[in-house]
Amino acid sequence: MAPLAPAEADGVETSPPVADDVKTTTCYMCACRCGIKVFLRDGQIRYIQGNRDHPVNRGVLCAKGSAGLMQHYSPARLRKPLKRVGPRGEGHFVEIEWTEALDLAAAWLGQIRATDPKKLAFFTGRDQSQSLTGWWAAKFGTPNYAAHGGFCSVNMAAAGIYSIGGSLWEFGEPDWEHTKYLMMFGVAEDHDSNPIKIGIGKIKANGAKFVSVNPARTGYSAVADEWLGIRPGTDGLFVLAIVHELLKAGQIDLDYLARYTNAPWLVIAEPGAPDDGLFLTDAAGNQLLWDRHSQSAVSAYRPDTVPAMKGRYSVSGRNVTPAFQLMAERYLDPNYRPEAVASTCGIPAATIKRIAAELVVAAFDQQIELPIAWTDWAGRKHDRMIGRPVSMHAMRGISAHSNGFQTCRAIHLLQMLLGSIDVPGGFRYKPPFPRPCPPGPKPAGKEGSAPNTPLSGMPLGYVTGPEDLLIDGNGQPLRIDKAFSWESPLSAHGAMHTVITNAAAGDPYSIDTLFVYMGNVAWNSAMNTPAAMAALTATGADGQYKIPHFIYCDAYDSETVAFADLVFPDTTYLERWDCISLLDRPISDGDAAGDAIRQPVVAPDRDVRPFQDVLLELGVKLGLPGMVTADGSPAYPGGYPDYIVNHQRAPGLGPLAGWRGVSGADHGRGPPHEQQLEAYIANGCFGRFEIPQAGRYYKMANATYLAWAQQFGFVDSDKPIVLQLYCEPLQRFRNAARGHGAIKPPDQHRERIETSFDPLPTWTAPLGANHANSAQYPLHAVTQRPMHHYHSWGSQNAWLRQITSENRLFIHRNTAQQRGISDDDWVWIASPAGRVRARVRLVDGVNHDTVWTWNAIAKRPGAWGLATDSPESRRAFLLNHLIEDRLPGSGRLSNSDPITGQAAWFDLKVEVSRCDDQSDHAPTQNFSAQAKAPGTPPPVETLRYGENFKVRAP
Amino acid sequence: MTDLPAAGGKKLGLVIDLDTCVGCHACVTNCKEWNTGGHMAPLTDVNPYGAGADGVWFNRVHTYEIAPDGDPEAGCGRTLHFPKSCLHCETPDCVTVCPTGASYKRASDGIVLVDEAKCIGCKLCAWACPYGAREFDVFDGVMKKCTLCIDRIYNENLEDADRVPACVATCPTSARHFGDLGDPTSAVSRLVADRGGIELMPDLGYRPVNRYLPPRAKHTATPATPSRQDSVTGDRLWAMLDRLLSR
Repeated sequence: MAPLAPAEADGVETSPPVADDVKTTTCYMCACRCGIKVFLRDGQIRYIQGNRDHPVNRGVLCAKGSAGLMQHYSPARLRKPLKRVGPRGEGHFVEIEWTEALDLAAAWLGQIRATDPKKLAFFTGRDQSQSLTGWWAAKFGTPNYAAHGGFCSVNMAAAGIYSIGGSLWEFGEPDWEHTKYLMMFGVAEDHDSNPIKIGIGKIKANGAKFVSVNPARTGYSAVADEWLGIRPGTDGLFVLAIVHELLKAGQIDLDYLARYTNAPWLVIAEPGAPDDGLFLTDAAGNQLLWDRHSQSAVSAYRPDTVPAMKGRYSVSGRNVTPAFQLMAERYLDPNYRPEAVASTCGIPAATIKRIAAELVVAAFDQQIELPIAWTDWAGRKHDRMIGRPVSMHAMRGISAHSNGFQTCRAIHLLQMLLGSIDVPGGFRYKPPFPRPCPPGPKPAGKEGSAPNTPLSGMPLGYVTGPEDLLIDGNGQPLRIDKAFSWESPLSAHGAMHTVITNAAAGDPYSIDTLFVYMGNVAWNSAMNTPAAMAALTATGADGQYKIPHFIYCDAYDSETVAFADLVFPDTTYLERWDCISLLDRPISDGDAAGDAIRQPVVAPDRDVRPFQDVLLELGVKLGLPGMVTADGSPAYPGGYPDYIVNHQRAPGLGPLAGWRGVSGADHGRGPPHEQQLEAYIANGCFGRFEIPQAGRYYKMANATYLAWAQQFGFVDSDKPIVLQLYCEPLQRFRNAARGHGAIKPPDQHRERIETSFDPLPTWTAPLGANHANSAQYPLHAVTQRPMHHYHSWGSQNAWLRQITSENRLFIHRNTAQQRGISDDDWVWIASPAGRVRARVRLVDGVNHDTVWTWNAIAKRPGAWGLATDSPESRRAFLLNHLIEDRLPGSGRLSNSDPITGQAAWFDLKVEVSRCDDQSDHAPTQNFSAQAKAPGTPPPVETLRYGENFKVRAP
Repeated sequence: MTDLPAAGGKKLGLVIDLDTCVGCHACVTNCKEWNTGGHMAPLTDVNPYGAGADGVWFNRVHTYEIAPDGDPEAGCGRTLHFPKSCLHCETPDCVTVCPTGASYKRASDGIVLVDEAKCIGCKLCAWACPYGAREFDVFDGVMKKCTLCIDRIYNENLEDADRVPACVATCPTSARHFGDLGDPTSAVSRLVADRGGIELMPDLGYRPVNRYLPPRAKHTATPATPSRQDSVTGDRLWAMLDRLLSR
C-alpha cells in the first residue's frame, strides 16, 4: 500500500506509533458516562478519545473528558488512608495502614449497628453506584441514606415520575432525529454534556427551531434560534400562560389526552369531604371515566369507551367531574393570560403568544408519521406512528427553585396537551422508563431502627399519601435529613444538604457517624458554606464534636477532607471497576436500554482502594446480610467486580443486564455469567439492548414495549402507564392538611401543605425570593458551571484551570450602570445571609434583574493541590456563602421545595454595589488555608506532559 | 527570510461552523492532549497549579457578545463563540519573515509548520501573524503552533476515521470540518459554498485557508397563528369537547 502521506522532504514523522495498548472504559470527568478509548504507551496515558461505537457520545469527547489524563495525574490525589491529628478543618493528618483504617471504621459502625443503626448517616455525592450504596445502607439498617439528588435534580425526577412515569433530564431525551421544535428550559451548559451538544448539532443541521428559556445567554442558549431571558423562578408561570393560549384556541391533542393521560378520570367534587379531589374508583380499585356511549361511569382501563372530557356527573350519589374539566377551568382563568404574566416573567405578552402559536404549528401543522405498525396495550393495531415534533428539555434552572416541582409538572402538562410525550419528534423515554405512575415502591424505615436489623426495603422510594411518610407518632421526622416527613413529603432523593446542620443541631436527633462519599459537603455542595463548616466543627458542653465521627472517602484532597476524622483514599476513574447499571443511572437512549462498566486501565501507584471494594469489605467486617455467607466469609471475595457479576437483586436480575445466563447469551434476565465483564470489555465496556422496532414510541401504552420491558424487569406487568395530568397523591396530602384522615400534618405545616400540594400544576413565587426584601435585594442571583469544569473537580486539572481559574459576576450593562458599576469593577454582593466580594463583567445577554456566575471555581486555600496564591482562592468567589440553608423566619425549615425538599439554590436574591476599595484582592470570605494532605506533592513549576512521547523521524 | 513554495493544488484546512459552536472548549483540550505528546511535544505548561498558569495551546476559544443589527429593541443580540487556531494561510508573513527557514509552508498540502531544530525563538513570526495563532514555548525557547495534526491525518497506525485533526474528531456539535479546500468538489468546499463561508480578515491579504461558516439566519418568522378570535372563556375548546373520543 502506498504511504498515506504525500512526499515532502521536511523530515516530519507522519505515522508515529500512538499506543502499545488501547483500552475502552467509561469517562467520569462528569456524570455523563461517555465511552472512551484510552491510548497507553509504556503504561502511561498517551491520549483519551471518545469511543465512536458508544451510544452516549458516539466518538466525541468534551473539554473535561479530553483533559482526563490531567485529572488522573492530579497532584491532589490522596495517597494513603488518613487519620486526623489536629482540630477538624485544619487538615492535619497522619497516614495509616488500611487495616487500621478499616478496623477503626468497623469499630464505630459496629457499635452503632448494635445499638441504634440510624445513628449512621451515610450520604454519597456524585457516585454512580447508588444501587450498591443504597443496598448497603438498607442492610446496615439505617434509613439515613441518600445520594446528592436532593440538592440537584429531585424536582425534575420526582415531578416527572409522578406525572409521566419518567423524567426530563437524562432519563429521557428529545427525539433529536425528528423534532422540529425544541424548547430548553433552564439547562445549564454543563448538563448532559455530549448528548445535548450532539443533539443540537443534529437539529441545527435538520433546520429545527431551538428556543432556549434561560436568564443567561451562554452555551446552548448562545446558539439558540431564540433566547428568552426569563426572570429566574417564573418559568412555571410562562408555561401556564402558553397552556392558557392553547386551551383558549382549542389547539390541543384531545385524542392523545383521552388515550394516554388521566384527563378523563373522574375526580370527586365534594368540598369538605375527606376524599374530595381524589379519583372515583370501583370496587376493584380502578379509576373511572364517564362513558358517553353507555352514559355511565366505567373503568378507565376499558378500551371500548367514549370518555367524556367535560361535564359534571353524579355517580352513586357522588358529584364527580373529569380531571380535564378542572384543568381547563383552571388555566382558562384570566390570571394566566400572557398579558397578566408578562411583567413577572420578563417576557413580553406578544412573545408568549407567538411561542404558543409556533408550538401549535410545529405539533399539529407539521405532524409527522412514521410508517411503523404497532400494537397498543389493548391489542389494537395501528398502521403508523403519529408524531408531534415538539420536544422539551429542562434541568437545573427549573429544579433549583422552591417551586421547581410544580414548574416541572407544568412543563409535563404542556407536553401532554401537545401530545408530544414519547411520540416521534417529541420527548422520548429512555429505559427503564416509563415506570408505573404513581410510582412505587415506598421508602423503608418506618419500622424504626432496631439493633443489628436491616431495613425492610430500600431507604429511598415514592410516597403516595401521608400513611407512607417516615414520621413518628407526633408527626416528627424519622430521618436525619427530614426526607419523607411533613417538611418535604415527596423527597424521593433524600435531602443531603440538610444533614450536617441537622445533625449538629440534634434536629430531629443526634447521630454518631457521618459517612460521606465523594461530595464536597464542606464547600460548594453546601448551602451556606460557613454554616456547614461551623456545624462540622461545633462542639458540645463536653468539648466533643456534635457530630462525633466523620468518615470521608474521596480520591482528591478537597475542602471536605480537612474536616474528616478518617479518610479513605479512592482511586481515580481510570484505576477502577465500576458499573453504570440499569438499577441506577444507566446509559439508555430512546431506542435501547444500555449499561456500562469501567475497567482499570492503569494500576494505582498509591495505596488507594476503590470505594465500592471498601464498602463491601466493611460489610463483611460488620457481618451485613448479603455481604457474608453463612460462615461469615465474604459473599463477594473478588470485591466489587465479583459483586457486579454475581449479585442478584431479584432472580436473574443483576447490576448488568447484558451477557447473562450460563452461556452468556441472555440479555435482560438470566443467571450470572462468570465471563460477563470480559463480554462487556469485548463490546467496548458497554451493552446496548435495542427495543423492538414496534416498541420504540408510545412506550407507556405500547404492547411490544411493555412486554420487552417486563423481560428486563423494568415493569411488573403489561398494564398501560397512564400519564398523570392530575396528580392525586398531592391531593391526599392536601386533604390531610384540611384535617382529614388519621395522619395529619402538625399545625405549622398545614398551610404550606395546603398551598403547595395542588394536584394541578401551579405557580407560586419562589419562597426564598419572597422572604428577601425586594427593595433591599432586588436582583436574582444564579450560577452555572462552565462546560469545561465539573463541580470542584476542574480546578485541580492543569489544563482546565487555565481556561477558568477565577469567576466574574455577570451583570447586565444597564443594571450595572444604574449602580455606577463599570466593567471590571469590584463589587459587594449582599444577601440576607452576608456579603462576598466579586469582580464584575458587564454583558447584554442576561435578564436585567439577574446576576450570575460560574459555580465551584473558588477554592479554599490549600485545597486541591493548588498553590495558596492561586486565583481560585485569591480572586474567585462562591455564591454559596450567600445562600441560606434555612428559610428565614420559619424555625428550622430548610430552604427547599416544600414538596420534594430540593435545595432552592436559585431562589437567592441579592443587591450589588461598587466597593469603595477597588484594590485587586481576595474576596472577604477569607478562609484560613488548610494543610495539604500528607504525601501530596508541592505544585510543580513546569509541566511537560508528553515530552517522552515525542517521535522524531529518523 | 524564508520562501513560500510554489502554489500547490492541495490546501488542507478547517471549516468551523459558528452557528453550532457552543464554546465548550472540547476542541481546545483535545488538541492539547493530542499535541502535548505529538509532533511538537510537549505543550509546556508554566505554573500549572498556581497563579499565572500559562501553557502552550494550539487552539483557543474566545467568546464575544455581538450587538444586534439595526434596532436594538428588536433583537437580543448574540453571544458568539469563536475558536481560533492557525489558518494555514496561502501567503503567510509568518513564513516569509522567518530568518532561519524554521517557519515553512509545505508544498504538498499547504500546512504551515515550524521546524524546531531551526527555530531560534526570535518571535518574528508571532509578530507577523495578525491572528495570534503562534504559541511560544518559554521552556524550549521555540515557537510552536497548530500542525493540523500532521501526525494524525496521515498516520497509518490510526483507524481511517481517526485520520482527522483531534479538534475535528472530538467536536460534540460537529461544528468543525477538515478537508481539502483546494478541491472545489470536496465536502468542505461544498459546505463553504452552501453556507457562505468566509475567510478571516481577507483585506490583510494572507489568504487564509481555514473558513468560518457564519451563524445561520434565525427562525424568527411568526407562523400562521391559531385562531385568536375565541373569547377568553375558551368557547371553542368546550365545543370541541363534544367530539366523540376513544380510549
